[in-house]
Amino acid sequence: MQCGDFNTSYAADMTIFDTRSTRILVFLFVCLLFSVPFYSTSYLLDVGNRIGIAIIGAIGLNILTGFTGLISLGNAAFMAIGAFSAGYLGIRFGLPFYLCIPLAGMVTAIMGMVVGIPSLRIKGLYLAMATLAAHFIVEFLIIKWESVTGGVAGLTMPTPTMGTIALDNDRKIFYLIYIVVVAAVLFGRNLFRTKPGKAFIAIRDQAISAEVMGVNLLKYKLMSFGISSYFVGTAGALMAYQAKIISPETFPITVAIDQLGMIIIGGMGSILGSIFGAVFITLLPELLRLVTTAMSASYPQLVTVFSSLKELVFGVLVIVFLIFEPSGMAARWHSIKNYWKLYPFSH
Amino acid sequence: MDMTFLLQLLINGLVVGSIYSLVATGFVIIYKATSALNLAQGEFLMVGAYICLNLLTKHNVPFFQSFLITLVFSALLGLLIERTILRPLIGSHLISVIMVTLGLGSILKALLQMAYGTSTIPFPEVFPSTPVRIGPIPVSQGYLYALVCVSILVTLLTLFFKYAKAGVAMRATASNQQVALSMGISVKKMFALAWSISAVVSAVGGILLGTIRGGVDMSLAFMGLKVLPVVILGGLDSILGAIVGGVIIGILENLSGGYLDPLVNGGIKEVAPYIALILILMFKPYGLFGKRKIERV
Repeated sequence: MQCGDFNTSYAADMTIFDTRSTRILVFLFVCLLFSVPFYSTSYLLDVGNRIGIAIIGAIGLNILTGFTGLISLGNAAFMAIGAFSAGYLGIRFGLPFYLCIPLAGMVTAIMGMVVGIPSLRIKGLYLAMATLAAHFIVEFLIIKWESVTGGVAGLTMPTPTMGTIALDNDRKIFYLIYIVVVAAVLFGRNLFRTKPGKAFIAIRDQAISAEVMGVNLLKYKLMSFGISSYFVGTAGALMAYQAKIISPETFPITVAIDQLGMIIIGGMGSILGSIFGAVFITLLPELLRLVTTAMSASYPQLVTVFSSLKELVFGVLVIVFLIFEPSGMAARWHSIKNYWKLYPFSH
Repeated sequence: MDMTFLLQLLINGLVVGSIYSLVATGFVIIYKATSALNLAQGEFLMVGAYICLNLLTKHNVPFFQSFLITLVFSALLGLLIERTILRPLIGSHLISVIMVTLGLGSILKALLQMAYGTSTIPFPEVFPSTPVRIGPIPVSQGYLYALVCVSILVTLLTLFFKYAKAGVAMRATASNQQVALSMGISVKKMFALAWSISAVVSAVGGILLGTIRGGVDMSLAFMGLKVLPVVILGGLDSILGAIVGGVIIGILENLSGGYLDPLVNGGIKEVAPYIALILILMFKPYGLFGKRKIERV
């Protein structure tokens, strides 16, 4: 039970998990998370894996859009770059997955920085348009560059193996994905305790003041693009291993829109928000599927409109959140937590 | 390559481009008046096309009447959207406004999909199908009517912004909201008007595209994204720019489709406008006619 802050050092003020009980709870939660594969069905594992990948992608996007204020509609393309680089490295050079995934992240980070260069000249909605254009150009290149990407047919990923262990089912992939998720979350949380992270926030809040304060805009905007794309590329590479077959159609523009929806609904500028949003948006179609199958006996036409229903609910949610809770689920979570923290005596 | 082929491409480009111009004008009107980026423009276009199609085929309303009913419906839709969705977001961050139009787009698209399915629905022939010969090139009459229709609408819009009281008030709002307010202009009304004009011109674009292509389906929504290169080329806040840009991008698209597609097995036609977008942003980010006020930070 904590009813106020009493910190005697900056280190205590900056700490991520501030009380012993939070630390224990987080530790227990991670343990619980890693025990999930022992008792869940393969369907649940598949959903869980997609949630994990979405979390990494959403954290990446949030670093760029939520924390640095640079709007990107090109995330689907970055995911595709990550996925196809992992595929190319794995198939052509036979590299193991533990090298492919970080290398794919690097390739995506470099590409992200290339796309980010115009962000110095242009900002706001121009950047949104430039990244959207980049999406279509990357999609075109992936379809045309058949020697590397397999063209329209795409690539079939090799089974990731490490020594004698083959990650050949969803259960084993789950561990791979969630180890990366935990690392990504910790990195994300820690990033904003460091100088670059604070520079990102300064750029978002007021770019000119940030420059006056000595923040090198060129350097930090590119760094933000790089880090963000590294995350997104990693998510793409993991998706390649999880889905086993990747093609240009795996990464349509709707993937980018979904990810923007995740950070809007979860909370912009919040790592926790990225997690909430990713979980929520990935679960949404599954929940809708449950509901439509349950109701299909009485309303058989529901099944045929399922995909439109998903889009409809997504659109409504995004708009409702933007109008009524622009800071997203993370803000709601904090206010609920604060309310219960001081429960009968809150004012 | 012979001349006829080139001319054919140019004419196709001109006609498709003129429709881009129209939709881009709708986009620019919203941007100028409310500084919102409407990424649901393509869905507006689809709504227009589907409503008109529905009236024509299901209710057997003659074309001219269904056209007018569609326009009225679109105007009301624009008003409704502005009032319920955009107004609460006045003054919020750019990403919110972009995202809200994306959400709106996915709602409109989903509703249309639920009502009409995803397959292509043939559009009844509105214009006589015998082509007219201009010099050596046969041109379908639908193209000519589309071109005429766009020209009339664009002229009307220009006159509206130049002479009508509401049009002048809208321009005032666009140039400075504070001053406009102090001159007794209701900025809220102007915002509503902007959305409804934009919905109407997009609906016209949708109907014309439907008649030209002979069918409507969900791919019409991508037309909404095609306006981005157009408005970037023309300058985001210039209606003249949108018109010129639309024609240029339409022609560019058709020429690259005609000459470059055979070299790489297709696909260039679709990305050429976006490559142009990137190049324009790099070298002339305010476009041909846009105001030079991009902040370089």
